[in-house]
Amino acid sequence: MELVVDPLTHAFFVRAMLAAILVGTVCAVVGTYVVLKGLAFIGEAVSHAAFPGLVAAFVFKVPFLLGAGVAAVGTALGIGLVIRRTRIRTDTAIGVIFVGMFALGLFWYSAIKGFVADLFSFLFGNILAISTGDLVSLVALGALILVVVLVLWKELLYATFDPLAAAASGLPVGLLEYLFLVLVALTIVVSLQAVGIILVVAMLITPAATAQLLSIHFNRLMLLAVVIGVGGAILGLYASYWLNVASGATIVLVETAVFGLALVLGPRTGLASRRRRGTSAP
Amino acid sequence: MTHPHDARSHEHASHLPPIGSAAGIDAGHARAHADVWLSDVTAGYGDRLALNGVNLAVEAGSLLAVVGPNGAGKSTLLKLIAGLLKPWSGRVEVLGHRPGVAARRVAYVPQAETVDWQFPVTVEDVVMMGRYPALGVLRRPGRDDHRAVTAALEKVSMAQHAGTQIGALSGGQRRRVFLARALASEPDLFLLDEPVTGVDITTQQELMDILEGEAKRGKTVIATTHDLPTAAERFQQVAAINRTVVAFGPASLILDPDVLARTYGGHVLVLGGQRAILDDAHHHDEAHGREAHFHEESRPAQPHRHRGPRPATRDESRDAGSTTDGEG
Repeated sequence: MELVVDPLTHAFFVRAMLAAILVGTVCAVVGTYVVLKGLAFIGEAVSHAAFPGLVAAFVFKVPFLLGAGVAAVGTALGIGLVIRRTRIRTDTAIGVIFVGMFALGLFWYSAIKGFVADLFSFLFGNILAISTGDLVSLVALGALILVVVLVLWKELLYATFDPLAAAASGLPVGLLEYLFLVLVALTIVVSLQAVGIILVVAMLITPAATAQLLSIHFNRLMLLAVVIGVGGAILGLYASYWLNVASGATIVLVETAVFGLALVLGPRTGLASRRRRGTSAP
Repeated sequence: MTHPHDARSHEHASHLPPIGSAAGIDAGHARAHADVWLSDVTAGYGDRLALNGVNLAVEAGSLLAVVGPNGAGKSTLLKLIAGLLKPWSGRVEVLGHRPGVAARRVAYVPQAETVDWQFPVTVEDVVMMGRYPALGVLRRPGRDDHRAVTAALEKVSMAQHAGTQIGALSGGQRRRVFLARALASEPDLFLLDEPVTGVDITTQQELMDILEGEAKRGKTVIATTHDLPTAAERFQQVAAINRTVVAFGPASLILDPDVLARTYGGHVLVLGGQRAILDDAHHHDEAHGREAHFHEESRPAQPHRHRGPRPATRDESRDAGSTTDGEG
């Protein structure tokens, strides 16, 4: 019990906990669509593309959230445009853009004279260093994302499942597609401080992927993803505190472990149940 | 809600133009009476031309089959009408507007392969999607919507599967669910891409009965199909497509050997009174086939019923569709 309550006496830990719950929720909600749309690679790309934005924010002395936001949203929309307007294969386009953007960030970073520790922490995240001011902006941005998803719930679902029929029946599928890319970009921006550029895609993908193994109903799947995302974030945060190890990595490892469990034990795609089915077959 | 086309008669079908598309009728008259109207439309993907010089006027209450070999532009034609593809040139009008303007009165059902059937939604969820566009943002499905979904599911005999995840359905059941989604949106125009492809005969007949019922109520139904016997027997009209409208008229037209030859190319064999067998696979002398049939541009439209050496069996008639699959 002490193990659970004791950390909560520290203000920084409570802030980290709130951030973990926020990031876990937003990532799971948006991640559910990301997984169903097969856009995991775009998440990876957009998170790396945020790096030059962070460097720019540092150089021009503007809030990190703004720099990362502009770079991430810009890249997401750029990828959307390239996919829709050119004949380049989607994965190729994403690969070129994301590594290019990341290289730009590293190039610029290396050109800055002197040591920039703050920037480096964005690569791997530092949820325990989140300030009250940071937290307020994160909550505002996270709430905005959740409200947009809630408002456009039906439309996003239809456009994700059957974009052709949805478009033919009058839904602005192209617009929804771009809007969704913006949501992915903002979700990544919200999560950067907590888990960092390198790991953020796991927060986006893993809870939803786990839930997909466990539920065949869209609403329940999303709810389950949120439970897994938030639960994993809280558990991971505690574990990192107890073991005194990197918080972002620990959170991701917990979520990955839950995914592994679902994969083996899950009722639908579970490896164990598949073997049971196999032996019961005549 | 009264239907705007209720008053329209179906008799126009009897004096539709002969082979060579809708250009034959007085253009103004055709346009005024048409739910779907295309004038000299050219379209394609990227720089690849798919349809060229398409003229077509489909009247309200039509039950129209679009037939033609693979790559002929059947799906492209539907996408143009659905507003999913913009024509390079020419004009398209749907329900009196540019494509997409009256979208809520249009139900488009894509080919089965275009969606992920492992998607975590149930049969009921999918059919409810048909109600989404009319509901608008923020509003949740209400009692009327649930009633419409139930009615649509009963119509396609899928009510007992309402809670089933769509991945667990057979091919025929999937087509039923997609048709139910279209029905639930209560459209004036159905655009169905291969609605009866790859389903068993019972399902095929039931789905055709439903489409026939909708046409009788004054709704317009346009469906692509590979199945020529079904096109001939179950549809009122047929548009034979091969990069352009090769022929347009009463459904029996598709049994006309010249129409078949001009649509599918190559050597076409017509057996029996009712069914057509396309035997491209065994007759590769395409140039010869074209020569034999292509000079008769001004022939009258009376469909010829050729008596073959023996009547085709049902099984063989199924093969007619699959044989044409091999092309393009």
